[in-house]
Amino acid sequence: MAVIAFREALNQAMREEMQRDETIFLMGEEVGAYNGAYKVTKGLLDEFGPKRVLDTPITELGFTGLGVGAAMTGLRPIVEMMTFNFSLLALDEIVNSAAKMLYMSGGQLGVPMVVRGPGGAGHQLAATHSQALESWFCHIPGLKVVTPSTPADAKGLLKSSIRDNNTVIFIESEVLYGLKGEVPEGEYTIPLGVAEIKRPGSDVTLVAHAKMVHVALQAAEELEKEGIDAEVVDPRTLRPLDTETILQSIRKTNRAVIVEEGWPFCGIGAQVVDTIQHQAFDYLDAPILRVTGIDVPMPYAKPLEHLHAPDKARVIDAVHRVTYRG
Amino acid sequence: MASRVLMPKGSDTMTEGKVLKWLKNEGEQVANGDPLVEIETDKVDMEVESMASGVLRKVLVQAGETVPVGQMLAVIGKAEEDISSFISSNGGGAAAKPAAAPEKKEAEPKEAPPPQPMARAEATAPGPAPTPPVADRGRILASPLARRIAREAGLDLASIQGSGPNGRIIRRDVESATAAGAPAGAAAPQFAPQGPEFRDEPLSQMRKTIAQRLAQSLGPVPHFYLTIDVDMKKAKELRESANNLKTDLKLTYNDIIVKACAVALTQHPDVNASYTGNAIRYHNRIHLGIAVAIEGGGLITPVVRDCNLKTLQQISSESKDLIARARTRKLKPEEYTGGTFSVSNLGMMGIVEFSAVINPPEGAILAIGSVEEKPVVEGGQITIGYRCRMTLSCDHRVVDGAIGAKFLQTLQQILENPLLMAL
Repeated sequence: MAVIAFREALNQAMREEMQRDETIFLMGEEVGAYNGAYKVTKGLLDEFGPKRVLDTPITELGFTGLGVGAAMTGLRPIVEMMTFNFSLLALDEIVNSAAKMLYMSGGQLGVPMVVRGPGGAGHQLAATHSQALESWFCHIPGLKVVTPSTPADAKGLLKSSIRDNNTVIFIESEVLYGLKGEVPEGEYTIPLGVAEIKRPGSDVTLVAHAKMVHVALQAAEELEKEGIDAEVVDPRTLRPLDTETILQSIRKTNRAVIVEEGWPFCGIGAQVVDTIQHQAFDYLDAPILRVTGIDVPMPYAKPLEHLHAPDKARVIDAVHRVTYRG
Repeated sequence: MASRVLMPKGSDTMTEGKVLKWLKNEGEQVANGDPLVEIETDKVDMEVESMASGVLRKVLVQAGETVPVGQMLAVIGKAEEDISSFISSNGGGAAAKPAAAPEKKEAEPKEAPPPQPMARAEATAPGPAPTPPVADRGRILASPLARRIAREAGLDLASIQGSGPNGRIIRRDVESATAAGAPAGAAAPQFAPQGPEFRDEPLSQMRKTIAQRLAQSLGPVPHFYLTIDVDMKKAKELRESANNLKTDLKLTYNDIIVKACAVALTQHPDVNASYTGNAIRYHNRIHLGIAVAIEGGGLITPVVRDCNLKTLQQISSESKDLIARARTRKLKPEEYTGGTFSVSNLGMMGIVEFSAVINPPEGAILAIGSVEEKPVVEGGQITIGYRCRMTLSCDHRVVDGAIGAKFLQTLQQILENPLLMAL
């Protein structure tokens, strides 16, 4: 199996899908001539031409609205956000049009559109460009939200997202674009709404998505040296959430730590905790703890940026508390 | 920090209690463990001990008043402390919450032992029991998992020491208690049987259907009745010679029948069982309830624990004590709960034969008539015999006809050959 970078896996997924289905087109800022701000769309303009790979002005609300209209009338747009921080400008089209069209048209007009791009913090991009906004989109009925953590998942999930007849918010991570991993060539899809156990274990369940999967895995490795066997569950799709896989894990380990990059209040972890306490109450031996970003805007200063993000040490500390050690 | 004294939940069925008498006056010094107030539950009168030290600042419920379980009775605090927020937040009047809560509890008797906010209630000094992990308001802290494991193992959380934060009982505490064969509840018997209290056998589809159909037809506990006639000649001889041998012993027919039931139950564990809704619970220990009429009306069933392990003499003296205290409503809650089988005897009142109503969640009850001197036919001859009619009421969801009948056969055989009790 070929070892390629996360960004190449995404590129492969889009290329293969655009070859397969000519109703698929791509648009966004710098996706064409510049080959993408993060080179995810490299070579696509050359291969598919300017009718299917469109450089847009800096008008997120406008081109997302174009995507909604195109999707309603039979095309399958992929809309790239240079970063998801800019998607805030397009929220009206995403929340009020894309998510609700199928419902409000009585099932007549769907919006099979993918809105994709990097989310979360990069390297010193400061308060307005470092946000993990997945919980915003998860809140909206009518949207699916996908957050891959590995190159293989990125490919398999993006292909499924493009084929899905609903609007899919596909959030990548700037710091994962260079991550390399084995990716199956050709046809390879992963169904939406199916979690993966990234590391089996028996003592504690770590639920983490996107780049936090890697933080959880590092913590698990460290914990193993102390004799604590952590299981890492990656939901992969945040909505619909694969609650059964999470619950099965809790029933085995009886304790959980939820790790996410975003802020704590109304975060993804709050939803996961709700599911666990409701459906696995009698299996819990400790309160569920969450490790999240600090509840303040992201600081620009490098040391403070590091303090903001969940890291291995904070995950290990939480695991110690739920396992009553230390 | 001041603390509240609440109306405790003295039994599973208690929803309200009456304050009989305050043992301390307002303004008086109170130490943790001091008898504080006497209350009347639906079953007994008992003393409630103080869970806090300080001054009895305010009595909110006066003697003679009846209030729901959980309602604040008084406030204990420092002499100068401001307790107005305590009084206004909980109020002396009827609290809305506790009034509704108990009914729900009754609807789900299968739930874990009620973690009610309660003052620790003991009719007598608790003895050298380990200090249970009770937080300031008397709630036992335990993780949901620990509660479930304890419930399934029949362990009383109050007897387990918690190792988590604030003494929270967590899985490892319950597991080590299970491994150590911790005695269940405060009323640990002098014997310490090992292993779990019971074994749950999941219901088969057929069992479920039988349970549903019969309950539909007869009400929540579908009773049926089996009657047997027992020759009590040898039991009578046993009773007389034992009482002659030991003048301090006053063995009754009831004592002999209780012992015989316990022995018969060891051979028929399927009668020492309960219906739990999704399983048949086979009790590994035999705790026999004896129905006792209370003076002035009412009924209570004190329990002789581990009856199969006790001698006739032990059963006799223990049940005498329990019955005497039951009549005057002086039993502790743990003395009238947890039975696995009961007997009810109306023989002393001249009743020849009757059917008793099962005391849920037990699976059966034996109704005992009088031992009658009457003409009987033995070997073709009419002779004088001593006969007693016993009727077993069975919960058909648990005990089928043939199983009940076999139990009665064994019981009859034992009573007709009392030597079997000693073998």
